[in-house]
Amino acid sequence: MAEIQEKDSGERKKGQQKKFQIHVDFTPMVDMNMLLITFFMLCTTMSKPQTMEISMPRKDVVPEQEQNKVKESKAITVLLGMDSKVYYYFGKPDYEHPESVTETDFSADGLRKVLIGRNEEVVNKIREIKRKKDNLEISEEEYQNQAAEIRADKNSPVVMIKATEFSKYKDLIDALDEMQICNIGRYAIADITPGDLRVLQDLTHAGYTSDLKEVVIERETPQ
Amino acid sequence: MSKKIKKQSTFIDMTAMSDVTVLLLTFFMLTSTFIQKEPVQVTPPQSVSEIKIPETNIMSILVEKDGKVFMSLDKQTDRWNVLKKMGELYNVEFTDGELKKFSLIPSFGVPIHGMQKFLSLPSEEQDKIIMDYGIPSDSTNNELKNWVKFSRESNAELVIAIKADSDTPYFTIRDLMNTLQDLRENRYNLITSLRDMPSEHH
Repeated sequence: MAEIQEKDSGERKKGQQKKFQIHVDFTPMVDMNMLLITFFMLCTTMSKPQTMEISMPRKDVVPEQEQNKVKESKAITVLLGMDSKVYYYFGKPDYEHPESVTETDFSADGLRKVLIGRNEEVVNKIREIKRKKDNLEISEEEYQNQAAEIRADKNSPVVMIKATEFSKYKDLIDALDEMQICNIGRYAIADITPGDLRVLQDLTHAGYTSDLKEVVIERETPQ
Repeated sequence: MSKKIKKQSTFIDMTAMSDVTVLLLTFFMLTSTFIQKEPVQVTPPQSVSEIKIPETNIMSILVEKDGKVFMSLDKQTDRWNVLKKMGELYNVEFTDGELKKFSLIPSFGVPIHGMQKFLSLPSEEQDKIIMDYGIPSDSTNNELKNWVKFSRESNAELVIAIKADSDTPYFTIRDLMNTLQDLRENRYNLITSLRDMPSEHH
């Protein structure tokens, strides 16, 4: 592993000590380190997973007068359908006219465009303070506080996300993601109503009402 | 006099190489965290959310594509307490040995009545069969609800993290959310993998 080499310097003066050069062979050390690196690379993860924090409302029954009433003009309902299709309508649904519900998807020109269009005021304000932050006029913390305030504005739209039985978890996350991208501060995940399902069925004829029967029966039995 | 060919020693100095590898090793040791063994492979959906999950005190609920539910707790003492309480509730008596064995496995997911049999198996066997079980979480036999309830009783600081596969049907998630809502667990994390924020186009 280590060898001591006599320095061959030809003639030596009398009385001068022999000079040795010490070589330590590091090859086994390198081998071992490489092995350890491989082990660490295979058995560990570099990044922690990301999360999305959500708060759900309590299940307790809230008295009618304390319930948050949403202004009809500000309400957007997003319905998650089959095969990652999304449907939306503004305000109250018009059950007589299924065309009032529009089909779209999660692409940039789909739901996002609609939501940003509806949320223009907030989006512009956020863009403004983001510019300020980029110019170092306000700190990151101030930016976060101001952004939260703008998003929670009373006049901002309220989005109700209602998922059908046919949607996947991914669709729900995508929908929640759109809320974040479009700076929508007020949104909720709500249960789908039989009326919504019926409208979807009238619009698409895709079998949304197959579980509607169940819902209707469930609702009728207590009476 | 015979002519002697001078032998040149091929000696490569590995010191520098060793320096580099030690540096890399240190880097990997400091920046990485160990992959937790999970009973099933789950691909979480992508999202733009950049919030990181806390490192300790996590109760994670793993939801597989078919709706099978598994749980993991990161503290041994919690696992010990929870199994003990579950045993008392469902009239299954666990010995100290079984409790000890259970507290050494980070993730679990077998019905409580099959737990003793499961714990008696060697660990390779356990890994093989756990994916066929899952914690019962339907309305007739909601063991998951009690697992979560007792975990909370054991450690009030637990943060709930739901890691579900992107193809999980929505109603499975809704049932899980309803279960948590019944327990007044209204704040939780949904684990996602990172996706880039789409650039704004005007």
